[in-house]
Amino acid sequence: MPEAIHAFVTRRRGGIRADWTDWVTYGYLLLGVVVMLAPVLWVALSSFKSETNLTEFPPTLWPEAIESVKVEGFARELPLFRVTRDDGTVATMAQVRRVGIEATLVDPANPGAGRIVVPIERTEAIRKFHLGTENYARLLGSTGGRIWSSIYNTFFITIVATLITLVMNAMAAFALSKYKFRGSEVALLAILATLMVPATIVLVPIYLIVSELGLVNNLWGVILPVISTPTGVFLLRQYMLTIPDELLEAARMDHASEWRIFWRIVLPLATPALTVVAIFSIMSRWNDFLLPLVVLTKPEVYTLQIALAGYTDENGIQYGMLLAMTTLTALPLALVFIFLQRYITTGIASTGIK
Amino acid sequence: MGLDAERVLRTIAALPARAVEPLMAGLQRLLGVQRLPWVFLLPNLTIIVLFALLPVLINVMYSVTGSDNLYPGERHFVGLANYATLLECGSYLDPSSCSRDLFWRAVGNALVFVPTQVVAMIGIALATAIALNRRIRARGFFRGIFFFPVMLSPVVVAMTWVWLLQRDGALNGILGAFGVEPVGWLADPSRAFKWSVFVTVWAHMGFYMVILLAGLQSIPADLYEAARMDRASPWRVFTRITLPLLKPVLLVVFVLATIRAVQTFDEIYVLTGGGPGTATKMIVHYIYDTGFAVMPRNYGLAAAASLMLGLVLFVFTALQMRLSRGARDA
Repeated sequence: MPEAIHAFVTRRRGGIRADWTDWVTYGYLLLGVVVMLAPVLWVALSSFKSETNLTEFPPTLWPEAIESVKVEGFARELPLFRVTRDDGTVATMAQVRRVGIEATLVDPANPGAGRIVVPIERTEAIRKFHLGTENYARLLGSTGGRIWSSIYNTFFITIVATLITLVMNAMAAFALSKYKFRGSEVALLAILATLMVPATIVLVPIYLIVSELGLVNNLWGVILPVISTPTGVFLLRQYMLTIPDELLEAARMDHASEWRIFWRIVLPLATPALTVVAIFSIMSRWNDFLLPLVVLTKPEVYTLQIALAGYTDENGIQYGMLLAMTTLTALPLALVFIFLQRYITTGIASTGIK
Repeated sequence: MGLDAERVLRTIAALPARAVEPLMAGLQRLLGVQRLPWVFLLPNLTIIVLFALLPVLINVMYSVTGSDNLYPGERHFVGLANYATLLECGSYLDPSSCSRDLFWRAVGNALVFVPTQVVAMIGIALATAIALNRRIRARGFFRGIFFFPVMLSPVVVAMTWVWLLQRDGALNGILGAFGVEPVGWLADPSRAFKWSVFVTVWAHMGFYMVILLAGLQSIPADLYEAARMDRASPWRVFTRITLPLLKPVLLVVFVLATIRAVQTFDEIYVLTGGGPGTATKMIVHYIYDTGFAVMPRNYGLAAAASLMLGLVLFVFTALQMRLSRGARDA
């Protein structure tokens, strides 16, 4: 069996046997897997730990809870401990209370037998694997619907901005690829030139314009400034150039309006390019940070990212909820990625954009 | 049922088009087909004028006017005073002698951060791309693993590492198992800076890896075949075949990474808040502080700093466009 595994691992495509460079390669890749994956898995795993479990150091690998038991005569469940008694025997007992360094315990099977008091060094909690969902429950419940408004805001911005981006950029791309008219090159250049003006350097004026439009603390205030993406126009234009003009001519013969040609012929044919633009738009809008940070200053209009970044300031450090929120914020894009990896990586490789 | 849902969706999708169609057909009759492209371009151009062109002009205006008033009419002309204030320095080697010492500390940080981060990131991205370009098993899986942090938001990335690096965190836990005392990884200026570099590399490396991998895959396989026939060492293959043929892509990637690195803000803002002290404060962070976070807001200084940063970016972007044209033609 080991030989079979060895043969399987060392056999390469084309039946060439592995040499030392392959071992180095696999070693490097496996190290990479640990470094890239472990932090995120750790956060996800930690989000299922109880608040007491989270404050332990060194941290436990798996989410754990102290096993507890219902004991007659006590309203709440009591935690179970393994106790070394005065005579050296070890027994499993329920802890009634702990005062300073002394713990009071009772035999859960026979609570009437009396309580014993031992120093806490001689007690050891009995732990079990426990996937606690209380962080999520508290996050989604008790914060007064705050998180739900952030979730709604983020989805609204992502979906609306992406739809507008698609239609608007496709319209521009259509004009720039299917018509010959004076000024088309100037228009294309003007659109591409905005690559030189990232939001980071026009933050103040964009804020001014957004506030002049009355859109501070309004979701449209972070949608409008970003819906025209030069790379999106460029990508769509390059794609539309490959759509044969004869198709358009035939439609014109049938007296289709130009808009109809755009909407019914060119747009459906440009689906592959539209998909790539849509994925990148969803990614960017979901992750946007600086502009929302400046424009959205009231908790009601926070996006998930802003709420997450400001979480510690507002609530002190409640790691449980913070971790649950981090996991929830990352989840939708993680799903997008799992299903659309190929589109995303080839999109980046062919355009160099994000 | 399935058909119905599809029909409903299709009708919904067609609604805006149906509303727009009469309008566009009317415009077509009114303006003629020759002028119609401008109608198609109008939404895009409006947004570009409003949120790219106008902002640049306003930025210039802000940078030469004073007062903390946002509205242009209520600001007074101060000439180049904002630039002078930013650039005023007793000695450029000592930020504390400058009138805006925070700006110079940010510039100083960027001067170390950008080259370190870019070189480390491209180096690792290249190594990973080369590893993935070999005949290995589960290539798609490995590529996905190295790439996925690109999909994570900067805030999520930063929160993840805050959680790992805190005093009671996993890293100290693991080191503790080897008898190392807990370390405040983000509490010490020099460590916080190194971790800022590491975390940004971790988050963005996959993006460049994918571009480099595509570049590697476009190198003809028979070149490597020939090298193997000649029994060339792996190092020789790398320096004589891979590097020269990858050079155009590598250059583009370098400039692209530099443009991004100069603008680094989100991750570090959440990871360290620019601290401890000013150890990890970057230029965009300074602009954000000056223009928004710190009262009174000094829009003039923020705009002047933005334009100086913009100038740097302009040079790099122009370079990138030139290079990527070269890379495409090559």
